[in-house]
Amino acid sequence: MNHERLYETEARLVTRIGKAFLTERVVMHGKDLHHELDHMEWLHLYLYAILGRDPGKNVANMLNCYWVGSSYPDPSIWPNHVAALAGSVRTTPSLGMMAGLSISEASIYGRRPEVRALDFFYRAGKWCDEGGKLVDFVDQEKAQGRILYGYGRPLAKTDERVAFTLDKAKEYGFSDGRHLKMAFEVYEHLNEKHGYAMNVAAVHAALAADMGFTCVEYQLLLSPGFSTGMAPCFKDAKERPEGSFFPIRCESIVYHGRGKRDWDE
Amino acid sequence: MSSDYVYHSDFWLEEPEEANPFAAKACYCHGYDVYGQIIEKASWFEYLLLMFKGDRPQPRETVFLEKIALVLANLGPKEASIRAAMNGGVAGTNHSSALMAALAVGSGQYGGSQELEICMRLWRECGQDLERWKARLQAPEQDERVDIWPAMEHPPGFDPNGDLIPTTVLQALEFLVKFAPDDGALSWLKKHRCDLEEFFSCPISITAITAAAFVDLGLDQDQGSMLYLILRLPGAAVHALEQRKMGWKKFPFYSPAIELEDDPGPVQKKGVEDQS
Repeated sequence: MNHERLYETEARLVTRIGKAFLTERVVMHGKDLHHELDHMEWLHLYLYAILGRDPGKNVANMLNCYWVGSSYPDPSIWPNHVAALAGSVRTTPSLGMMAGLSISEASIYGRRPEVRALDFFYRAGKWCDEGGKLVDFVDQEKAQGRILYGYGRPLAKTDERVAFTLDKAKEYGFSDGRHLKMAFEVYEHLNEKHGYAMNVAAVHAALAADMGFTCVEYQLLLSPGFSTGMAPCFKDAKERPEGSFFPIRCESIVYHGRGKRDWDE
Repeated sequence: MSSDYVYHSDFWLEEPEEANPFAAKACYCHGYDVYGQIIEKASWFEYLLLMFKGDRPQPRETVFLEKIALVLANLGPKEASIRAAMNGGVAGTNHSSALMAALAVGSGQYGGSQELEICMRLWRECGQDLERWKARLQAPEQDERVDIWPAMEHPPGFDPNGDLIPTTVLQALEFLVKFAPDDGALSWLKKHRCDLEEFFSCPISITAITAAAFVDLGLDQDQGSMLYLILRLPGAAVHALEQRKMGWKKFPFYSPAIELEDDPGPVQKKGVEDQS
């Protein structure tokens, strides 16, 4: 009977992630939070919490650059726009931040391109391991009509984060990784053939592959990434007159639908 | 004077008051005057179908959607999205936080809107071909690439933790099918349910029933997903409100149920170690 397995976990959860022994102590992946992990920077701890191991300071520093490099306090960016709207209508900071974060998992920016790009590099690596040529893999993906996430960009032709990230990769010892080299080879091929630019999603994903993150780990790591841009957008809008954040007049809703009609006809 | 920043819509028109361009004098939905006619003449479900589909629905479609909404209105505290909202309500969080929790947890692939989307996509692919359904339900992914959504771990629309279809789910199916077209998806599902359940050794879920009903209403998978999220919110809201009043002392706190496999025990303080 399928349901019988539910009895096992109805009132029991055996885990190794940790536990809060409230009033006493907290364990995270076998270490005492307040006595053995207390020295960690918050983002480094976040990394440790997700991975279940400490990947070292260079990895933490590298990932810190992902978060720093995407902290744009600009309410034109859609997740920030939502956070600013939340401030403008005077809802709470948490709701504004969560609303903005939830739309960070988008298809044209944020989580989906990041995950797809990481998966692309892992699949490309496997293809090459099996004796294939990288450019053939890229052409095959294109021929199937697949979007090559990380190449091309919806709103701009160049990505100011690429040079910043590459500088940091050099600083922290990740500039010679296999997948990063592949990212450039793919770029050169796509640029020559289709005039594509490379955006930071490709660079981030290639470095993430070199650091060995799974796609789920990568999603979790990047999920809070836009927070630092959102918070000031919320606060700024909150400090302005209510409802004053880019208000919309009726005529700014441009209608393309069918003409007026009577309900009873 | 107008703004450089405009939004485009194929179904919503607003006409401004003469004295204030930001205030609407009239709003039209797919051509119908919302405040002049729709509110007076339409039912809530008629208006919903008009908004989603673009035309006034047939009366039988409106009743069908209303009955689906009744089935989904409260799936009870065991349902993950409602339980999520209760966790918000009991702690006195914002009402919107409780509903956001319900929406997020209700979006999943085990009983959530993503599972419904997959079911509706499979309806488009498999139609009423039983053998094709059996094959696709075992491997419903579109391709081999990893996505933000994980791979399905059970045949979409089935409950891998169930044995026989629960009476309540069967009642819902048998009731809803009365409002569905005879040659439609829900009727087909009812007819082939036992065969499919035997093949997969588990029963269909309310998600499969809803997906088939939405297919019969002519909704696409995106519209279906949105409606599935919306229509389950009443139960989430009321259960959240109830737990808020009930108070946290009556609400489960699972700490004693969590067993740490590799508990290192309390850290020995240096001073204490030195003394021992």
